[in-house]
Order: sequence, then structure tokens, then C-alpha cells
Amino acid sequence: MIDYSIILAGFGGQGVLSAGKMAAEAALIEGKEVSWFPSYGPEMRGGTANCSVVISDQVIGSPVINDADVLIALNRPSLEKFQSQVKPGGIIIIDSSLVKIETSRQDVRFLPIPSSEIANELGNMTYATVVLLGCLSAASGCFKREAFEKALYDVLPERRHHMIPSNLQAFDRGVNMVVTQ
Amino acid sequence: MTKRILMKGNEVIAEAAIRAGCRYYFGYPITPQTEIMHYMALTMNKAGGTFVQAESEVAAINMVYGASAAGGRTMTSSSSPGISLKQEGFSYIAGAELPAVVVNIVRAGPGLGGILPAQGDYFQATKGGGHGDYRNIVIAPASIQELYEMTVEAFNLADEYRMLVMILGDGTLGQMMEPVLFRDEEPIVESTKEWALTGHKGRDHNTIQSIYINPDELEAKNNELQAKYRAIEVKETRFEALDTEDAEIVIVAFGTCSRICRNVIRQARDQGVKVGMIRPITLWPYPTEVLSELAKSDTLKAFLDVELNAGQMIEDVKLAVNGAKPVYFHGRTGGNLPSQKEILDLIMNIHKEVNQ
Repeated sequence: MIDYSIILAGFGGQGVLSAGKMAAEAALIEGKEVSWFPSYGPEMRGGTANCSVVISDQVIGSPVINDADVLIALNRPSLEKFQSQVKPGGIIIIDSSLVKIETSRQDVRFLPIPSSEIANELGNMTYATVVLLGCLSAASGCFKREAFEKALYDVLPERRHHMIPSNLQAFDRGVNMVVTQ
Repeated sequence: MTKRILMKGNEVIAEAAIRAGCRYYFGYPITPQTEIMHYMALTMNKAGGTFVQAESEVAAINMVYGASAAGGRTMTSSSSPGISLKQEGFSYIAGAELPAVVVNIVRAGPGLGGILPAQGDYFQATKGGGHGDYRNIVIAPASIQELYEMTVEAFNLADEYRMLVMILGDGTLGQMMEPVLFRDEEPIVESTKEWALTGHKGRDHNTIQSIYINPDELEAKNNELQAKYRAIEVKETRFEALDTEDAEIVIVAFGTCSRICRNVIRQARDQGVKVGMIRPITLWPYPTEVLSELAKSDTLKAFLDVELNAGQMIEDVKLAVNGAKPVYFHGRTGGNLPSQKEILDLIMNIHKEVNQ
């Protein structure tokens, strides 16, 4: 049985809600059941934002996550707030370019990925979350690269399709970071 | 269309309404349902309909009254404080027997409260809210696919019974995304609406009103309405029964709560406690009979009512169970959702208690 619950969290404006949606879109293309639930309301750029994504091969019960399989944290407050919600044996991925501390959890797989630096190298800061989606895919197997590629074609308007190869490059950098850790 | 697409609950409601033939939408923004309006503003004109951002919630519901009286398929949507403002209009719509669809994406109250999900409007939705003896059909979807299908159905029910049908969601359902599969063609039941105010060319003129000064006429009108409501109770009551056959404990929960409980049932059964669930889909008419029947079962030891409020639907559960079995309650307020663990722990305690 496949059943992943993922929390993505960071500052508003970093693209965590969009990244969560892309993960859900990719898993949907693979025929899985998905749900995406955002923190909503008085959110703003610079404030905190998070979303919960559930990917399953069965009907999804709660879209609200209490025990996460994966946490992706793009800032320090998000790591500190959500790390206790990760199941033992789960995965914590951080953007280590921005989060300068480690997790206090000893019972999880910890993946510090300098995704903002990698995105900077690739010339587009919005790719930081794409690098992390590559990590998510490689570390958890909750969706494959092919599905992510198809999802990009589905979600991006045609005038943005020229950006898909560079998005995939960012994705692959994330995959490689997991393989080499 | 055979492809499931990922959409937000609020947007699905608006898309469903347009697909169901709604051509008049009137609304006033409020979190967490504003995306319904937003989607309507973008698409209603393209569908050949009318979108109005009204000056207030009261104006919006009275525009619904007018559009419906003229024979149109019409809808308004809001969230709890805005729905409170519309109550007068609901009562007039009931009195005038006009079809209308109203969406309430409930947030935490009372007062302005908060913007997070709640089910604290159960009493208001099912027991009145406005003045006088009237009922609204209240439907409580629990998934994005259901939001779609039940919104379409709401328009058919409204036309068939000439009454207000409410979709009662909450902030979770409004804000979350899930895949939805749209049908190529909607099962729209066309209604001739011979009562509508369409201009009396060659026929007697129609009147739509809720005022009856003569008490006998008004009583007759009330009797007519009550007869209609009794017929709806027989014909339109809907619920989902999940694993109830062998259950020792039956959870009663609707909407978002039922989804959290669905996971808990699995976990409880893994630990050897047989739990099932009755999920009311219509909150009015209420699935009283299935609960009364279950209460008579020898295997069933207790009911557990779980809501995002301080205990509202539990009154209907208790009326149905009528003292035959204990009814426990668990509720969260303020916009908080119960965790699966807290419900599971409670079930384990109940299980111990009833087996002592």
C-alpha cells in the first residue's frame, strides 16, 4: 500500500503551496489518489505558509496530517514547528542554504540540501522548490520524474513550456543530491 | 471528459453550478469561500449568465429571490457570518416556495470568530435560522468529487421541491484540492416552472408572495409546506454506512469530520476494536431511521458523535437512538480539527467502558 503524507512549509512567497500542488499533480498523473490542503487566510509574502499533501493508492481519509512521512522545510521556523510531526523513520528535507540548524530528531532520515544555492547556480531562484521536489521523488518514491515532467506540461501555460528543460535540470540536481548522500 | 483534474473545492462548486445551469450568481466576499465568487466572476459571463458582486449579503439573497421568482437557476454563497445575514431571505424564499441554492463554507464562530474550518452552523442550517416553520434541504459533501456531484443535484432538488437547498461545507473542503472527474453531460432535470413571473402573455398572471393575512389561508399554506417536508423526509434522506454490520461502536460524523474518522476506523480495527460509521449526507432530512435501527442491534454498544462544534448534531443522534444506547461526544471548536489519535484514544476508552 502506498500512503505518503507530506508537509511542505516555509515563508510565504517561496512557492511551498505551488510545490505541494506540483507533487499532487505528478502523483495524480500516476493514477494515485491525492489531496492538497493549504494553510489559508491572512497569509502574506514573508509570513509563514504550509500545505499538506497526501498521496495514496486508496481513498484518502483525512487531508489533514498529524503524522507526516516527509517534511520539507524551507525556513528555520518551519523545521522547528513541524519536525515533531514526522513519523519515526520518516524523512526531513531542508533547504540548507537557508536553514542553518540540523533537526533534533535522531530517528529520521535527514537530508540537508542547498537548494537555494543550486537554484541560484541555475539562474532562477524559483527552482529551489523544484530541486526539493527532486529530493522528495528520489527519497520517497511518491512520484516519478516522468510524471513530474508530464505535470509541468499540464500545469504550465504554453508560453512557459520553454522553461520545462531547466525545471527538469533542477529536479535532477535534487535527485542526485539524494543519491549521493 | 475522462481525465481527473486537480481543483480547489470552492472552484469546483462554482464550476458545478454553471454546469447545472445556474445563470444568476449573487455574492459578497468572505473567507473561506471567496474563490466561489472569484470563479463565478471569471466564468459566468462566458456562460451567458449574470454575476453580481452585491453590496451586502442581504442584497445578494434578495437578488436570488428575484432571479428565482423570474424562473432562473440561481445561487449565492457565503460563510457563517454572511449566512447569518441572509436568514431573513431564507425564510421569505421558503414562504414563497422558490428554488434556490445556497452554499455555506462554514468558519469558526460565534460572531466574526475565525476563518478556519468548523461545523458550528449545524443548528442554524438544519433547524431554521430564519423565522417561521420552514425547512431547507441541507447537503453535507465530504470530498471534492461530492462537492461537484451534490451541487449539481442541489439545483435539481431545489427546482423539484421549490425550496432552498443548502450545501454545507467547511473551510477544509472549500480550500483543499482533490481530483475531480467531470461528466460530459450533467443530469439536469428541466422544470417548466409554470409559476414563474415571466410576463402573463395569454395566461393568468402569477403571484409570488409569502404574506397571508387570513389565518386560515396561512395555516393551509403551512400544512402544504409541512406535507412537502414529510414527503422529502421519506424520499430524499441520504447517508453512507461504513462497516456498521459488526460494529461495537458506531461513529456519527459528517463532512470533513467523517474523513478524519474514516482513518480512525481503520486504525481501531487494526487494534481489534470493531468500529463503523454512519455519515449523514443530508443533514435535513436527517437519517434518523438507520440510527434507530442500529441502536436496537445487540452487537452495538455505543455511538460516538464527532463534530467540529460543541455538540449540535448530537441532539439528532440522541433523538434517533432514544436512550437505547449511550451516545458519546467529541468536538473541537475555534477552527481546530481533532487528530486521529485523540479520536482513537477516546474510542479505546469507550470500548473499555462499555465492556466492563
